[in-house]
Amino acid sequence: MIKLQQISKIYGSGEVATHVLKNIDLEIKQGEFVAIMGPSGSGKSTLLNILGALDEPSSGTYTFFDSSINSFSKEQLALFRRYILGFIFQGFNLLKKTSALENVMMPLVYQGIDAKSRKEMAYKALKSVGLESHVYYNSNELSGGQQQRVAIARAIVTNPQVLIADEPTGNLDTQRSHEIMELIRSFNQNGITVIMVTHEEDIASFATRTIYLRDGVIERERTHAL
Amino acid sequence: MLFSAFLQAIREIRRNLMRSMLTAMGIVIGIASVIAMVNIGKGASESITKSVSNLGSNTLYIMPSQEHGPGGNTAFSKPFTMKDVEILKSSIVALQAISPVASASITALYKDQNYQTSVRGVSNDYFSVQNWALKEGRFFEISELRTGQNVCIVGQTVVNKIFPLGESPIGAKIRLQNFSCEVVGMLQTKGANTFGTDQDDLVVVPIKMFQRRISGKEDVPLVMASVKENIPLEEAKIQIEQVLRERRHLKEHEESNFSVRSMTALLDTISNVTSMLTVMLSAVAAISLIVGGIGIMNIMLVSVTERTREIGIRMAVGAMAKDILIQFLIEATVLSALGGIIGLIIGIGITIAVAVAMDIAIIIDPTISVIALVFAMLIGIFFGLLPARKASNMNPIDALRYE
Ligand SMILES: Nc1ncnc2c1ncn2[C@@H]1O[C@H](COP(=O)(O)OP(=O)(O)O)[C@@H](O)[C@H]1O
Ligand SMILES: [Mg+2]
Repeated sequence: MIKLQQISKIYGSGEVATHVLKNIDLEIKQGEFVAIMGPSGSGKSTLLNILGALDEPSSGTYTFFDSSINSFSKEQLALFRRYILGFIFQGFNLLKKTSALENVMMPLVYQGIDAKSRKEMAYKALKSVGLESHVYYNSNELSGGQQQRVAIARAIVTNPQVLIADEPTGNLDTQRSHEIMELIRSFNQNGITVIMVTHEEDIASFATRTIYLRDGVIERERTHAL
Repeated sequence: MLFSAFLQAIREIRRNLMRSMLTAMGIVIGIASVIAMVNIGKGASESITKSVSNLGSNTLYIMPSQEHGPGGNTAFSKPFTMKDVEILKSSIVALQAISPVASASITALYKDQNYQTSVRGVSNDYFSVQNWALKEGRFFEISELRTGQNVCIVGQTVVNKIFPLGESPIGAKIRLQNFSCEVVGMLQTKGANTFGTDQDDLVVVPIKMFQRRISGKEDVPLVMASVKENIPLEEAKIQIEQVLRERRHLKEHEESNFSVRSMTALLDTISNVTSMLTVMLSAVAAISLIVGGIGIMNIMLVSVTERTREIGIRMAVGAMAKDILIQFLIEATVLSALGGIIGLIIGIGITIAVAVAMDIAIIIDPTISVIALVFAMLIGIFFGLLPARKASNMNPIDALRYE
């Protein structure tokens, strides 16, 4: 489904150039649940942003099924994010002073879905993360765990093929983290491919495969027995 | 999509209500002044037109012209006489009525009350030219006019000032200067004209009596004539000029030493002045609208920077550059349109207040209202373009990283 070949990312140029990713080769099959681990600064987020079509690699190719994402225009990339991907950010990235419902409805606006269906779909998504009683709360009135669940609802409301999550439990305590991971696993079991960055082994253990990144290269990888 | 961008814009404006209002202030002031100025201008010129036509839009004023005498003194050229008036009356069929007018400021006295008023020597045609009607009594008899009898017709203001309340002035003898005259009629009240002059403040006497008793001269300083309906003023004017030039033995190349004017000429001058004022003030308003537009641009630029992260989030979930562009454009447009609507309301308020205070017609021109609103929106679009482009040109990953 996803194929990265010789992906490199270089920030800056000349003397100050930093090679954040070095010739990454990676293939992810449909329905997989991949965890990316590694020390801070090893390039995990950079890799994820490239996979999420938010950032472009300096070199290498990114193929999604038969499409070469590298050759996409800005508009095509936007459409790719709009219809194929769902994103969960480390810092939630919800719109402030905006209700949970409005936040979850936002991606549907860009899909051109009418207001009534938008509301129904957003409500369903919020219910699936257990927030049906908080739909009209403003995002800043919710706890960290609740905000993360709104962010998850926003990522899955469009029924994406790939869910991309950057440290989805980074700001949460152990119990909340496990609840969130159960949720993400249930989406994976419903057929959504999940790519997730984490630096905690027990969180990575929810995945079917773990990739270890160090200084911009894949050091090793491990497949979990289910 | 457009509608939800519109709702989004409203929400964004409400979120920063105070700032939004201050931003729109320039537009509010600009639109309010355009609306007030145009509407007040229209109201004023309509009122003036109306009262001038009350004065008689078919009235011609015939006067000897002012001439510069030796030593820079101004003097009037040869005055008219009753003979001129009679000849004009008999020779020009286009005229409905024509009357000599001589006037002087004189104290009228009755018993122990006195009051300074305007005494006018005229013929009976004067009442027709000036649309005067009688409240009581009668106009002058032919014989009274011919011999210049001591009779007079009084206006309401004079009656109020010198006669005891409830006493009819008809048949009473009032003193004017050093002679007395019998009141034979009383005029219906007209009130003040546009220029604020009390039209009822007058005593009318036969021209012959005026000449003998007051001016002591055979002169007719002013002739007023009304032109028959459906005859153009200009045509009557040319005929009068022809007759008078002949009577004054003016040669072909000589300029007329008299003038024949109508109130419409005055009207043209007034409307020229008002339209000039409107143009000037509209320029001021246009400048304030541009300043208002720059204000909107400024605040929108700040807003775009503040909301960089939001822009990043929107792009991450699939917003295209054009979606972001439209969002910010609509926000700027809604903001300026809102300013336009508030300005329109304030402008109409000012129009009504000024119209009531100045006692002029209240006119709210719908065309200018629509134009002003459309213009406000265009300003929003124009000055919103730069901030909106700045927002839409952002890179999703950079926008998301923005702290
Ligand atoms: N925009 C950038 N410009 C320059 N260097 C960057 C930029 N973004 C990330 N980096 C550098 O790239 C390296 C990897 O960053 P990142 O992918 O965020 O690591 P991780 O998520 O694994 O902690 C870090 O050393 C970071 O300083
Ligand atoms: Mg990171």
